Amino acid sequence: MTQYLLSVHHTEGEVMPEGAAMQKIYDDVEALNEEIRKAGAWVFAGGLELPDTATVVRADGDETLLTDGPFAESKEHLGGFWVIEAADLDAALAWAGKATRACAGPVEVRPFQAEPDA
Amino acid sequence: MSVAPDDAIELVFREESGRAIATLIRLFGSIDVAEEAVQDAFLIAIQRWPADGLPLNPGGWITTTARNRAIDRLRRESSRDERHVQAMQLDPRDNDESASAVDDDRLRLIFTCCHPALAPEARVALTLRLLGGLRTPEIAGAFLVPEATMSKRLVRAKRKIAAARIPYRVPVDHDLPERLRPVLAVLYLIFNAGYVASEGDALVRTDLCEEAIRLARVLVVLMPDEAEALGLLALLLLIDARGPARTDADGAIVLLADQDRSLWDAEKIAEGQALVRRCLRRNHPGPFQIQAAINAVHSDTPTDWHQVLALYDQLLIFSPTPVVALNRAIALAEVDGPEVGLEAVDALVLPAYQPFHATRADLLRRLGRVDEARVAYDAAIELTDNGSERRFLEQRSGSLRAN
Repeated sequence: MTQYLLSVHHTEGEVMPEGAAMQKIYDDVEALNEEIRKAGAWVFAGGLELPDTATVVRADGDETLLTDGPFAESKEHLGGFWVIEAADLDAALAWAGKATRACAGPVEVRPFQAEPDA
Repeated sequence: MSVAPDDAIELVFREESGRAIATLIRLFGSIDVAEEAVQDAFLIAIQRWPADGLPLNPGGWITTTARNRAIDRLRRESSRDERHVQAMQLDPRDNDESASAVDDDRLRLIFTCCHPALAPEARVALTLRLLGGLRTPEIAGAFLVPEATMSKRLVRAKRKIAAARIPYRVPVDHDLPERLRPVLAVLYLIFNAGYVASEGDALVRTDLCEEAIRLARVLVVLMPDEAEALGLLALLLLIDARGPARTDADGAIVLLADQDRSLWDAEKIAEGQALVRRCLRRNHPGPFQIQAAINAVHSDTPTDWHQVLALYDQLLIFSPTPVVALNRAIALAEVDGPEVGLEAVDALVLPAYQPFHATRADLLRRLGRVDEARVAYDAAIELTDNGSERRFLEQRSGSLRAN
């Protein structure tokens, strides 16, 4: 089994759904989460606060430097993600097909590195 | 046993390397290991065969030799791989070299190379390299990109297959139609790359067209129930059959109506038309089958334009694109005259598409609208980078002065 990151990306200036439309997305995502758990593919998932809530931490010798804001100033940002387990890419892509419908946005599928053999 | 010259070995490489690589990928789970081992096996063949002659079953010899080389290599490399080797030798499939197991391997490999998670240009490159046995410089030459670029493209695609775990298997039935489409598209792209290559690359041209036909044949043998695969093979054969008549002694394009039909490959036309009839009997039409049927009609004398027009109407349902509509308009002009055809052409918006201007130019010429025709020929010539087509358009534009 391989773990895959299914990440949801937002673009600056994108109009976020409100009210009933947003509630439908929450409901659909929760239903999908339940389906992933039942299938035994669940590792972790969550939605993120906006990037302006981020803090970047850097080591500078003995000191630790903090910077307000996201690491990369870009028009795109990570909105949330799933980590799932799947037998192969086709299985991961099938989950992503459901995820993109549930969260109403494009989903990037990226494999985690295999754990080094013992 | 006769002595094997180098080009006989080269032929075996073309024919058999895809089979051997496909089987080794299944056994070792790694494209790189498979490629390297098959390469090694051919190096041994080059040393031995010229003196010893070809073995009875050259393909089987290559696969067995490559497998042994891969096992030796893995055994030498580390204890971790030693376990792989042992596990693999216990695998009962290891000894399964029946024809059907080998065919399954090639089918798996086609679907892996043409996986929709890979970029289209990577699918084409991988298919030519792994199934077609073409070397990276040959593929780079065929697609007019630097060798380093093509090499990077192949490395990246292979890395993605391994890291993202693109599966090595034939898709399940309900995914098959969707997954077969990119496979057919890749073979069609390979054929077209050969077909439109300029006359300077005559060798590349023939090689790629033949390779696409060979792979389409493989697909038809492996998936005899897929009507669109039959349609693709028929289409490629019928287009390829007319290749020798397509240009004149000066290398200018010769239109279908003016072609010397004695130059057509009668055998390929007969095979293509027989395949089209097989498709018709199945009655599961699709875009490649309809295009094959159009080309089958074009291979008869004289062309039945009513039938061509009806087939384009059908094709438009599957592929409602302006390019198909343009071809339909050409057929319409033959049935209802150039004025009606021109009206249909002018309803389309294809300003950057050379055949759009070339078609307009021809219809205007036939209507005696010389000045407008000349402007349209100029627009078409402006968009042409193929020498044969340019010469043809210049000849036609030049002949307008006589009117």
